[in-house]
Amino acid sequence: MSTATMTAPADKKSHSLALKAGLLLVGIHVFVGLLTLVWLPYDPTAMAGGRLEGPSLLHWLGTDRLGRDLFTQMMIGSRIALIVGIGAVTIGAIIGVTLGLLAAFASKWLDDALAATLDILIAFPTLLIAMLVVAASDTANLWSAIIALGIALSAIVARLTRILAKRVLVMDYITAARTSGSSWPKIVAIHILPNIWPTLSVNFALQFGLAVIAEASLSYLGLGAPPPNASWGRILQEAQGTVYTAPLGAIAPGIALVSLAIGVNLLADGLRDTIDPTRRAR
Amino acid sequence: MTALLSLENLSVHAGGKALVSNLSLSLNRGERLGLIGESGSGKSLTSLAATGLLPTGLSASGSAILAGKQVIGASDRELNKLRGTAVAIVFQEPLTALDPLMRVGKQVAEPLARRAQRDGAPLSGAALDKAVLALLDEVALPDPQRMATSYPHELSGGQRQRIAIAMALACKPDLLIADEPTTALDVTTQAEILGLLDRLVRERNMALLFISHDLPVVANTVERVVVLRQGETVEAGNVAEVFGNPRHDYTKSLLAAARRLDDAMEGRA
Ligand SMILES: Nc1ncnc2c1ncn2[C@@H]1O[C@H](COP(=O)(O)OP(=O)(O)OP(=O)(O)O)[C@@H](O)[C@H]1O
Ligand SMILES: [Mg+2]
Repeated sequence: MSTATMTAPADKKSHSLALKAGLLLVGIHVFVGLLTLVWLPYDPTAMAGGRLEGPSLLHWLGTDRLGRDLFTQMMIGSRIALIVGIGAVTIGAIIGVTLGLLAAFASKWLDDALAATLDILIAFPTLLIAMLVVAASDTANLWSAIIALGIALSAIVARLTRILAKRVLVMDYITAARTSGSSWPKIVAIHILPNIWPTLSVNFALQFGLAVIAEASLSYLGLGAPPPNASWGRILQEAQGTVYTAPLGAIAPGIALVSLAIGVNLLADGLRDTIDPTRRAR
Repeated sequence: MTALLSLENLSVHAGGKALVSNLSLSLNRGERLGLIGESGSGKSLTSLAATGLLPTGLSASGSAILAGKQVIGASDRELNKLRGTAVAIVFQEPLTALDPLMRVGKQVAEPLARRAQRDGAPLSGAALDKAVLALLDEVALPDPQRMATSYPHELSGGQRQRIAIAMALACKPDLLIADEPTTALDVTTQAEILGLLDRLVRERNMALLFISHDLPVVANTVERVVVLRQGETVEAGNVAEVFGNPRHDYTKSLLAAARRLDDAMEGRA
């Protein structure tokens, strides 16, 4: 108890710092993403200036090779990245948690079969699975990319959920709840999900970053959102031919990607620490 | 009067291996029975089999009749009716017996509300809170108000075990199974918890199935014992008889190992 109280202030500080930094980074992207719905500096598809202009007061990040304002495209990229991240993680979470719980409760052979299938799926890179799913659907658009990424991520979520749920299932408090007559759905809702949630949520944050980067890669390969949707991956792809003359076209999407991914992870870490009473300083 | 719990030739298997073999015992309301044996002898599995809570991969055969219902082979739904009312278990390790992420008041409220629901007199809101505090008071926890809003890691081992006992009592069980409820506690706390169990079992006229490998503790707590070794019953009978005049070598060695037994027996006599 005494060590807990002694380390509490320092812990609390670093926790809340992570939370604040995460909130700030994610907040900026969310703000910009929402802003694009009502206001943009320039028409993203129109020639707003000369080709490949450098940064100026009129064009903060310069223009691309068609003379479009890069900052405008980056703003739209924030919105797309958020939609992709939230969409893919939500799909991955729903499918993955359901499958994982199923496996945890299943009879031994079904559990083994599911576990083996998941291991094989996870052995393939997320991007490869997503490419196969997108290729299998007729049209490549933002939603096919999101669904593909969600499906690819669900295998990772399922495996983690299975392991975490199994660990909770053997706890005495589960047996105690069953002894006192709790039904399984109730036990899942009030004991299992809350206890696996802290670890899962941190994993979701990792996957959010993974999904945004994977979408960028899909776009880069021409399998993501088609133009005029300026996802960061597409901006990167279009900038690659002119990277020596106008490096900002490649640097800006890179920084945006990394800042969002780090922000989401910091936010998830910080949130977990405030949710989990054993980590929370009183 | 039919027994509250009656095990006949109960066996537990894992694959082809027998972990408990042909165990028979019976327990009436108000009676206290000790199940003793060294670690791994099948004590916990017996109690789990008797309540239909065996982990997957293990199977039970024979007969286990709890409150007039056959447990072996019963569906989870049928068992659920028995579980919330006829029997409750207090586990060995108080830390893992409580959900680390739930305030203990809420953990006590869960079975309390369920039992009230089943009795046709649902409890909620302030009435439920009051019932929780009354129960915490009954297990002699200081400052129930503050306790109820604590998380398990904020309590001592003894306090946690009192919460676990309160959760078991919330079910108003006819049979209380205590699976080494004091093993994880220091000696003073151990004595307090045993005293508490003793009082509660008497006040509520429950049957007690007391599992332990601590012979002095068993001798002080129960009237009859069943001695298990590698899943086999080696001896059964009155505490004074079994401990005073052990017939089986295994029981003798157990007794020899329990050096404090003499003091305990003197305490009884
Ligand atoms: N899920 C399981 N699968 C296979 N074997 C098991 C399982 N659970 C327990 N066993 C085995 O069954 C035997 C009896 O276990 P049990 O938990 O009943 O022992 P115990 O008498 O309660 O011991 P302790 O005093 O250490 O709690 C042990 O040898 C154990 O290895
Ligand atoms: Mg045991």
